[in-house]
Parts: sequence; structure tokens; C-alpha cells
Amino acid sequence: MTLHTLNRPPSDRALLTDCLAALLADDTLLLLEDGVYCALESLSLPTGVRCVALAADVEARGIGSRLPAGIEVVDDAGFVELCCRNDRVLSWF
Amino acid sequence: MSKSKSFLIISRRPPYGSSHARDALDTALTTAVFEQPVAILFQGDGVYQLLSGQEPGGVRQKNLSATLSALPMYDIDRLYVCARAMAQRGLDQNDLVLPVEVLDDAGIAGLIRNHDVVMNF
Amino acid sequence: MTSLDIDGQLIELDNEGYLRDLEQWTPAVAEALAGQEQLALTDAHWEVIEVLRDFYHTFEHAPAMRPLVKAVAQRLGPEKGRSIYLMKLFPESPAKVAARLAGLPKPTNCL
Repeated sequence: MTLHTLNRPPSDRALLTDCLAALLADDTLLLLEDGVYCALESLSLPTGVRCVALAADVEARGIGSRLPAGIEVVDDAGFVELCCRNDRVLSWF
Repeated sequence: MSKSKSFLIISRRPPYGSSHARDALDTALTTAVFEQPVAILFQGDGVYQLLSGQEPGGVRQKNLSATLSALPMYDIDRLYVCARAMAQRGLDQNDLVLPVEVLDDAGIAGLIRNHDVVMNF
Repeated sequence: MTSLDIDGQLIELDNEGYLRDLEQWTPAVAEALAGQEQLALTDAHWEVIEVLRDFYHTFEHAPAMRPLVKAVAQRLGPEKGRSIYLMKLFPESPAKVAARLAGLPKPTNCL
């Protein structure tokens, strides 16, 4: 199980593509900073991958109501919990 | 050292424009000096680090590919490149300073899972 | 900062005793640096210094201990490519001491 964090907007295509390609079932993708805008694209995630966005970054950008179903929002404590629960954390930036 | 962890360094940036590539390499070398097993994956523009024919004297930097070619001397011989990154840039093994293993997306996902610590640069 | 006077030529050293200008290296400089370490250079020292200078020429950095051992083993044979052998020639820290005498910068990944 890997927690992948992504902090760049979807215009950073190569990064987003490489990140999505690295996801396996049971992994979690955490979108933060400008990475939360990726949630507005229809991301094609492998089955069994959970996608979450960091609450403060979602609120800051006013996109809470635009998030598609299936994207969960977590606060900082949730972020920490995800870090602890996964075997490794991989930051895509 | 009692217990070792396996390390994977993912190097995604081209050389010379920023310190990312050099930082990735220094991290790999330091990890090896601590006798921890380390592998490196070159992905995205990071594959340009391996291109032969680099002469960075004119931009007053050290030749990154010269240090990269020393990796086997540090017993870092698990070197991988992303197949997509190579294909997009029209590169193949003959263009590179070192022998590397080419991995497709499934191979890369598996590689990440096989390492305890994965660091992206 | 210190310096050496080799036949009237001033050789500047950094505060750890490594050459400031690597181009200034000559065997006489190596002898003088060895003198500071209380070492008398023999053929055994010189062939290792040669291996180090070639390593630097090829890979553009001074090797840490492990790659130094490996380079010596490749060039001078497995008997000499051992830490204990290099420790005897260049006591304390062979990678650092030998790099200094060979006129190379301090190894950066040497702990």
C-alpha cells in the first residue's frame, strides 16, 4: 500500500500521467495544493484506488462544490493518518 | 547497522536547469555509502540525464553523466528508465551513457511496491 | 588558509588541506602533502594515487571508500583492492587522505 501525494495542477500533464500510471489497487492518491484541481478532471483511476483531496486546499480554491462524487475530502489529521496507515509515502511534485 | 531498508530514487528532472538531478544522485550515492540497497528510476525529462555527449563546461557545471557513469562503482547497478519517457523522446539504449533496464508502467508500479522508501526528485 | 612552497611556486590549500587549484598538482606537491601526513610515498602509494587520478578524470569526482576499493581492485588486483590494504597505506581515512595527495577535491559522499 502506497500513499501518493500530488501537488501540481493537471496542466503538468507528464507528472499527472506518471503518477496515475504508478497507482495499484489499495493505493491512495492524495491531492493537495494545486493538485486539488486534478480532482476536477475525470481521472481514470485503477479499481481499488482511493482518491482524496486535502480540505484546506479545496476550500482555499473554492472548488468544494465542484468535486465529483468519489473524491473524499480529508483534513490534516486525516492526512497524517493516511501517512501512518500506508507502507510508504511517495510525493509527486 | 542492524536493519537495512530498500530505497528507490525516482529522478524526473533534466540536468543543469535545477539542482533536482544532482540532489537525486547525491541522495543515491549517500544511501549507498550507508550500505543500504538503492535503485534509481529515471522518468520523464529525467531520462535526459543519461544522454551521452554532455559537455556542461560552458554553463559552469560538473558533468552529471560522468558521475552517473560511476554508479556501478558504488554498487548501484539497479538502474531503470521509463519506457514511455524513452519512446516519447525518441531515445533508446544506444543514446545513453549506462546500461539500464527499460520498464513499462506495470513494471514501475511493481518497482515502487518492492521498495521500503521511495523518494521523488 | 595554508599554502605550500614547491620550488618557489606557491600552492594554495583550502582549510582542510586540499588543493585549491587542481591543475597545480605535481608529484612534488604529492610528496609535500604526504610529508604533512608523516608519510613517505612508495611505489605502492603512487599506483593508488594514479588510480585515483584516473577515476577523477573519468567520473569527475573523488570517490568515497567503496568505489575507491573497487577501482583499486579493478586496476591493481583483488589483493590490493581491500580496505585494510588502503588503510595501511593511507591511515585514518584512505579515501580522504589519498584524494588529498592525488590533488583531488575532498570526496563529497565520504562519511
